[in-house]
Amino acid sequence: MWLKFEQRAEPSKVISYLSPLLAVGLMFLSGMILFLILGKSPVEGFKVFFLYPLKDSYGVAELFLKATPLMLCAVGLSVGFKANVWNIGAEGQLLIGALVGGGLALHFDGSNSLFLLPSMILAGALGGMIWAAIPAYLRTRFNANEILTSLMLVYIAELVVSWLVHGPWKDPDGFNFPQTKLLSAQATLPILLAGTRVNTALVIALGALVAGWIFMNKSFMGYQMKVAGQAEQAGRYAGFSAKRSVWIGMLAGGAMAGVAGIAEVAGPIGQITEHISPGYGFAAMIVAFVGRLSPIGIFFSSLLMALLYMGGEQAQQYLALPSSISKVFQGMLLFFLLGSDVFINFRPRLVRRRK
Amino acid sequence: MPTQTPDKPRLALKGIRKVYPSVVANDGIDLAVMPGEIHAVLGENGAGKSTLMKVIYGVIRPDEGQILWEGRRVTVPNPAQARELGIGMVFQHFSLFETLTVVQNVALAIPGEFDLPALSQRIEEVSERYGLPVDPRRLVHALSVGERQRVEIIRCLLQNPRLLILDEPTSVLTPQAVRKLFETLRQLATEGVSILYISHKLDEIQELCHAATVLRNGRVTGTCTPSQETPKTMARMMIGEDLPVCSHGEPDDGGEVRLRIVGLSHATEDPFGTDLRNIHLEVRSGEIVGIAGVSGNGQQELLKAISGEEPLADKHAVQMCGVKVGHLNPARRRALGMCFVPEERLGRGAVPRLSLTENILLTAYRKGMLFSGLIRWGVAKRFAEDCIARFDVKCGGPNSEAKSLSGGNLQKFIVGREIMQEPKLLVLAQPTWGVDVGASSFIRQTLLDLRNSGTAILVISEELEELFEICDRIVVIAKGTLSPSKVTSKTGVEEIGMWMSGMWPETGTSGDAPHVA
Repeated sequence: MWLKFEQRAEPSKVISYLSPLLAVGLMFLSGMILFLILGKSPVEGFKVFFLYPLKDSYGVAELFLKATPLMLCAVGLSVGFKANVWNIGAEGQLLIGALVGGGLALHFDGSNSLFLLPSMILAGALGGMIWAAIPAYLRTRFNANEILTSLMLVYIAELVVSWLVHGPWKDPDGFNFPQTKLLSAQATLPILLAGTRVNTALVIALGALVAGWIFMNKSFMGYQMKVAGQAEQAGRYAGFSAKRSVWIGMLAGGAMAGVAGIAEVAGPIGQITEHISPGYGFAAMIVAFVGRLSPIGIFFSSLLMALLYMGGEQAQQYLALPSSISKVFQGMLLFFLLGSDVFINFRPRLVRRRK
Repeated sequence: MPTQTPDKPRLALKGIRKVYPSVVANDGIDLAVMPGEIHAVLGENGAGKSTLMKVIYGVIRPDEGQILWEGRRVTVPNPAQARELGIGMVFQHFSLFETLTVVQNVALAIPGEFDLPALSQRIEEVSERYGLPVDPRRLVHALSVGERQRVEIIRCLLQNPRLLILDEPTSVLTPQAVRKLFETLRQLATEGVSILYISHKLDEIQELCHAATVLRNGRVTGTCTPSQETPKTMARMMIGEDLPVCSHGEPDDGGEVRLRIVGLSHATEDPFGTDLRNIHLEVRSGEIVGIAGVSGNGQQELLKAISGEEPLADKHAVQMCGVKVGHLNPARRRALGMCFVPEERLGRGAVPRLSLTENILLTAYRKGMLFSGLIRWGVAKRFAEDCIARFDVKCGGPNSEAKSLSGGNLQKFIVGREIMQEPKLLVLAQPTWGVDVGASSFIRQTLLDLRNSGTAILVISEELEELFEICDRIVVIAKGTLSPSKVTSKTGVEEIGMWMSGMWPETGTSGDAPHVA
């Protein structure tokens, strides 16, 4: 007897929705095995990792707080991913968005204008778009692979942030810490629920999900991007511009990542530091795929990913595990998802080996 | 006829059955080929011919049934084993490396030592003996399609096959080249080689084959001796009913010029493509113009220049309805009233994983399906339902994925989608390629009706019979240039066939003097 993978007559829709759940299940299972290997009780580990973070309403609010930048980045990226535009650099676009938006706030420090916050958000989006425009230009003008260029720009963005907070933008009264001044209250996003840190960025993120859904399912441009992604020749045959797909795909990802960046700076962090993002831009790619590139799916998968971040912190605190354990879980989730996705197109079957 | 009448067949199939997830491709097929016999396997596309040949050649394994080779029961697990038994196959789509020479290509398929000079000599011997001229030192990409086919055949013959399988071998040949091929095949048969000849062209089978097995929907529907049949009786076996006939209206004196190509020259970027040279052509409302030619002579490049998929630097070279469009993209040309049915259906004419409704939107979105950038799905769906009903597209409904349709049904859908946009100019590539006989005749009749209602139609096809059936005028493309046009009734297959090899009389400027009715 041996296992044979047979191509399905058509891809299974059911499996494509079940596959993320299967991946999550397998991630739980192997996570518990991992705890066992590390000498911890798997049941205890599971509780600490996945249940403790949500044991009170503050925890639930933190979950939404952390899911917000993931939602924003993932919905922006999914627009490009649907059109086979592979923006790997959301992390860098997030950082530049944080810099441009945050820079604006620092420049107008003390202003009481009602326009300050909206302009910061717009500036954040613009910053992300500028950073995303570089790989878009290189791809459409020189056919340079955007996977490489957008990824390399992440490292450049990190160095730019580092240089600014160590140098010109360093808070003079900050005891030489590499960080800027704290943003004023007028430049900080209003809290939604008293006693929590959840702010209006969540509303923006939910709005982005709705806008993303409309763009992908109702707009002609979204349809053109889908065609470009699935059958390039058909797009050319119909006269849809492939370059425009690249530009829109990259800019959508950049804009949303930039908003995520400024929302962190004007939200829970309150200033620009070297640690604006614990890899939200990268994790958002996993979020987008686990959410099947659909805004509804992304809503749930960003909550899951936020839970992994929080579980990592808890594991550090209560299990004495390094916080990078959450990266291990992220990796396992993606790994199992890619594995489970094989079943969308193939059906396993046990067959008797022929002589 | 076979020179000897031996008692046991060279190859016998008994009850071959092959099931795919969605279709039974072969259902209990029996077939016997005698030594020295040219045996036709006749059937429409999708009848199961190719599957059966792949079973014989070891590309796929049958689920049930027996293969008897010279009376001995065998299994053919792979093509190498098939070649060892003495089975050779020439595929419809050649498997040659373009950047290698003929002899290098042959050497790759021949087991044993790699001795190119000796092999070259053997190629020359075989090529001389069977009238298949080809120079072993030439690079494959520089060969014509007919020459490539000869290389494939020679490659098979070098292994001294006792059974040669040819899959639709004439679809890439001029009528003259077909005649040469037939001579070669007859010579092989007299030497005792059995030949399985797959085709849907009834006249060829009648001329060449000693026996025929007819398939329909994966089953054998009859065996016959082609010389004792008429194309009509064989067609009935093949499609289960009489061949429909198209009715052709009177030729029109020609209305306004809808497509004008003026001195179009275009160098292709594809290293193996064909450069277009000084092409002139006019298509008027109310006429069907056909472009004949052996594939690979610039048809693809010309179509892309007309459709706008490859915009040109020179905007004068292509004009539609009086507007210079050479530099415009396909969407803007469509806005002027052009519609286009490409040769590849899946992936170009339709997006495989999108529904039929979504595929309607691909080109028909101008028909009231957009509202300030948003899609009116209801309108698109009604259009799809209409198209499915009017063109008798067999499918699960407007929500079926394009790739779930058979080739012929998808073609009807795409043709329908383009026609329902009421084009002023309709361009079609291989409109009935791979479509069954009934559907082809329906598509041809639809084109004729459209012509009668004043549409200008340009058809590029490799099927000469089709062009002669529907076109008012025929031009020939060869090596990237276009011949003068001929009124269909004043020419014949013989002349057009001659032109297809690039030999037409130089009459001053080629192309398109105002045509005489």
